[in-house]
Amino acid sequence: MRNLVPILTVLAAIVGIWWLAVAPMNIRPALDIAERGGAVVVPEGSVERRNVSAFKLMLDNRAYVAVGYDLKRPRLPTPAQVGEEFWKTTGAMVAKGRAWSKRSLIYHAWVTLQSTLWGFFLGTTVGILGAVAIVYSRVMDRSVMPWAIISQTVPIVALAPMIIVVSNQVGIEGRGVPKAIISAYLCFFPVLVSMVKGLRSPTEQQLDLLKTYSASGLQSFLKLRLPASVPYLFTALKIGIAAALVGTIVGELPTGAISGLGARILIGDQFGTPLAIWSALICAAILAGVLVSAIDIMQRVTLRKMGFVS
Amino acid sequence: MIWIIGILVFWALAWAANVRLVHSAYADTTAVRIAVPVLFGITILVLWEGLVRGFGVSQIILPPPSQVLVAFAQSTDLLWVDFVQTVLKGALRGFLIGACAAFVVALLIDRSVFLTRGLLPIGNFVAALPIVGVAPILVNWFGFDWHSKAAVVVVMVFFPILVNTVQGLRETDAMQRDLMRTYAAGYFQTLLKLRIPAAMPFIFNGLKIATTLALIGAIVAEYFGSPTRGMGFRISTGVGSLSIDLVWAEIFVSALVGSAFYGVVAWIEKRVTFWHPSQRQAK
Repeated sequence: MRNLVPILTVLAAIVGIWWLAVAPMNIRPALDIAERGGAVVVPEGSVERRNVSAFKLMLDNRAYVAVGYDLKRPRLPTPAQVGEEFWKTTGAMVAKGRAWSKRSLIYHAWVTLQSTLWGFFLGTTVGILGAVAIVYSRVMDRSVMPWAIISQTVPIVALAPMIIVVSNQVGIEGRGVPKAIISAYLCFFPVLVSMVKGLRSPTEQQLDLLKTYSASGLQSFLKLRLPASVPYLFTALKIGIAAALVGTIVGELPTGAISGLGARILIGDQFGTPLAIWSALICAAILAGVLVSAIDIMQRVTLRKMGFVS
Repeated sequence: MIWIIGILVFWALAWAANVRLVHSAYADTTAVRIAVPVLFGITILVLWEGLVRGFGVSQIILPPPSQVLVAFAQSTDLLWVDFVQTVLKGALRGFLIGACAAFVVALLIDRSVFLTRGLLPIGNFVAALPIVGVAPILVNWFGFDWHSKAAVVVVMVFFPILVNTVQGLRETDAMQRDLMRTYAAGYFQTLLKLRIPAAMPFIFNGLKIATTLALIGAIVAEYFGSPTRGMGFRISTGVGSLSIDLVWAEIFVSALVGSAFYGVVAWIEKRVTFWHPSQRQAK
């Protein structure tokens, strides 16, 4: 907890810089609005102003800088505006008893969370099974491992629209399945790599000891290799769940999804409502934080129960 | 039917060949180490081709690899234009700017224990966030051309590289730094001769993560508006106009570029951190 003060200071500094940056970012639309309202602005006309730097505009029109902090469609909203919008689409909706309405971010976060968890589950399963196969079969190790590495250098977003199209054509209704596939694709790799490392972490001596007990292959897997790999697994799961969330949001971005946080970002972009984008981003950040912390807590509890010193 | 039987036979043969190669006396030679995964890759392509043809899958759903190759060969001009727009202009410039910025900021943060303690957890958290979501905002700020793509890439690669560099700079132990002090080395000498070289494995770790992120950022940003060229633009319009073989050719290019980009960074890493245990080769 001794990090708390530095973290809060840095956070405050970030919010402060953000707040200060609003003025130069929003000065142009603010001056346009002020001019339309009949105010005298130097220089006149938005075309004239295009070649003048934002800071000079702020100096020349000090009276209208404040307008930039209260725009309806700001280029950069203030922290307060984002917070207000976020509250309006979450807490206020709950207070009104409409938490599951289509306008509520809680509903969209739930849609995203479902796909993320499915993708996470799928990716983790594939990763663990792949790791077991790789550890026990030299052929798999030699032939699949290089491709697993290459698969991660392929930008998945290039594939995302294709996966959606193919699953549509095959007759899978809705977007849950393609989104889950995309997030599983991003999530399986860290699990695979860590589990291979973890399953191979028992030393020669430990394996020999089990051999002297005349333990079968399955027994030495269940009693030695699998428990030894648990710390590695949890480290990978934390990376994996974050990757799965990225995958789901990427899967929601292209080609017309209507629900989910990624879709909120897309719709906010198409309808020119930056506040919706910003609050969806905040919501995604909170979701990521919650998911990673949940795994972190599970890790601590499990490792303590298993007797790993933490 | 002949296709299905054919690919099954090929699969069995290729698998048997791989099993024999891996368990043969030559298993550890470079040739076999390359041949085994290549054979596996070819098997996947043959399976794909055979399944698509055998079951008569519509080309709108999934074109066979041979057709993708034809599309690739026929539209090299188009693919080259997209490559220049997305990779050379967007991803690479963003990657360089982001990496340099992260490195400089890491050096600055590192001078203050307070800042390190405050920024490292936040940086770690931000590195786990779905940052791709800022793409529409940055496209709105910087316009449709490559500037906005480079900006998205900068934001995406910044934090992984920052976190890794800061961690790497803390890697030297007290003994090593004391040694530098007995040599009467100043801050910059210690930095250049001891701490940056010691941080290199970490920095390259961040750079390798960032290569993939750079391509993802550049392509996603194009979904939100771009001039009428670029890989992301071609993919999203290609899906709409059902020219799926061109989309797959574009995916093929992106896979190639991604692997090459990663390979180049890994190659440089090998040259720079030749002293590190993970790079030493058994003789």
